[in-house]
Amino acid sequence: MACPEKSDLIEAYADGELDLGSSLEIERHLADCKDCAAVLEGHRALRSALGTASLYHDAPAQLSSRVRAAVRKQEKVFAASPFFGWRWLAVAAPVISLVILGWSLVTVSRMPSSEDLLNQEIVSAHVRSLMAAHLTDFPSSDQHTVKPAFNGRIDFSPEVKDLASEGFALIGGRLDYLDRRPVAALIYQRRKHLINLFIYPAEDGAGERAVETSLRGYNLIRWTRAGMRYAAVSDLNLVELRSFQQALQE
Amino acid sequence: MDPAELKRFERTFLPHMSAAYNLARWLTRSDQDAQDVVQEAYLRAVRFFGGFRGGNSKAWLLSIVRNAGYTWLQRSQAHGTTVSFDEQLHDVEDRSQGPEMELLQRATRQDLLAALEALPVEFRETLVLRELEGLSYKEIAEVGGLPIGTVMSRLARARRILGQVLSERGTKED
Repeated sequence: MACPEKSDLIEAYADGELDLGSSLEIERHLADCKDCAAVLEGHRALRSALGTASLYHDAPAQLSSRVRAAVRKQEKVFAASPFFGWRWLAVAAPVISLVILGWSLVTVSRMPSSEDLLNQEIVSAHVRSLMAAHLTDFPSSDQHTVKPAFNGRIDFSPEVKDLASEGFALIGGRLDYLDRRPVAALIYQRRKHLINLFIYPAEDGAGERAVETSLRGYNLIRWTRAGMRYAAVSDLNLVELRSFQQALQE
Repeated sequence: MDPAELKRFERTFLPHMSAAYNLARWLTRSDQDAQDVVQEAYLRAVRFFGGFRGGNSKAWLLSIVRNAGYTWLQRSQAHGTTVSFDEQLHDVEDRSQGPEMELLQRATRQDLLAALEALPVEFRETLVLRELEGLSYKEIAEVGGLPIGTVMSRLARARRILGQVLSERGTKED
């Protein structure tokens, strides 16, 4: 005879519904109590029989479209306007195809531009760098240590400025990957806010106007200077991020 | 409802179509009735959609399917096709009588289908939600509007009755 008060608990244990403490208690009990162990065995056998017997009834293929149609009919989404009744379909067809064409044009023009994609990539790289132990490959507040650290790791030499006097402490450098190429990342800190400054050569060399944008709560400024592209990204407010950019340019 | 809202409704609930049908099928034990119940449930769901505050959409939908299913059962009960249910009456006296292992190993899919269909509906639905849908006790409680303790005891009883039904069938065949 299984222990009456334990019986439900044994099932809950087998169903994985008990907290760790209770599970351990049941396990200890099972070791001593043959009846409860038999209950557990039976429970497992039943579960495995039910599990392998494919008793699940999958929805018939046409049910989904039937339900959709019923819901739409009830909600009168298409029936609300006479233009969308079936009777009007022949008349409305050219209009509908124009609408679809227009919609697809809008969709195409709303596709993210390469600019947007780059901005998203920069913000993602920033966020990733803030995740555990990825921020710096070579932590150092000394620009003369950080700069040589890039030698031989990338095929260009980024300018590394010490901006401690302007209130932006250099805390290290890192290799990252952006815009389909390895880039230098310099990490600066302002109070509790970290700034990632990405630097890489501008392939086309052309001067490009500075871009300011805000994405997922992060501020981002991109600019080109002396054949190099720069991107500064941080949760720092835009005004201070601008002064960071200016300090770099001086 | 505007089209965007309808799209959101469809995106949220159409993926649970099979779960809805499975539960309805086990409640009504008939394909055609299950399809009607599912359709009725979705029509109710879209009406109540404004009150859906996110969260567990599957449990939310299944609780509506369950209600629609019970309404259907009551209606057909008026025509005398279902048995009444009494928790005490359906309690099994000997709690040690779990399903015998050997019997379970011999049970065919047909045996299990028949045994599960023969369970009183409250036990049947709890077991289906647990074993076929893989819902947690908490989710089953949400679907059934029951305390978790009741879910636990119904599951325990359901399993015991199922074992008993199977062993009766087994004895008959021997």
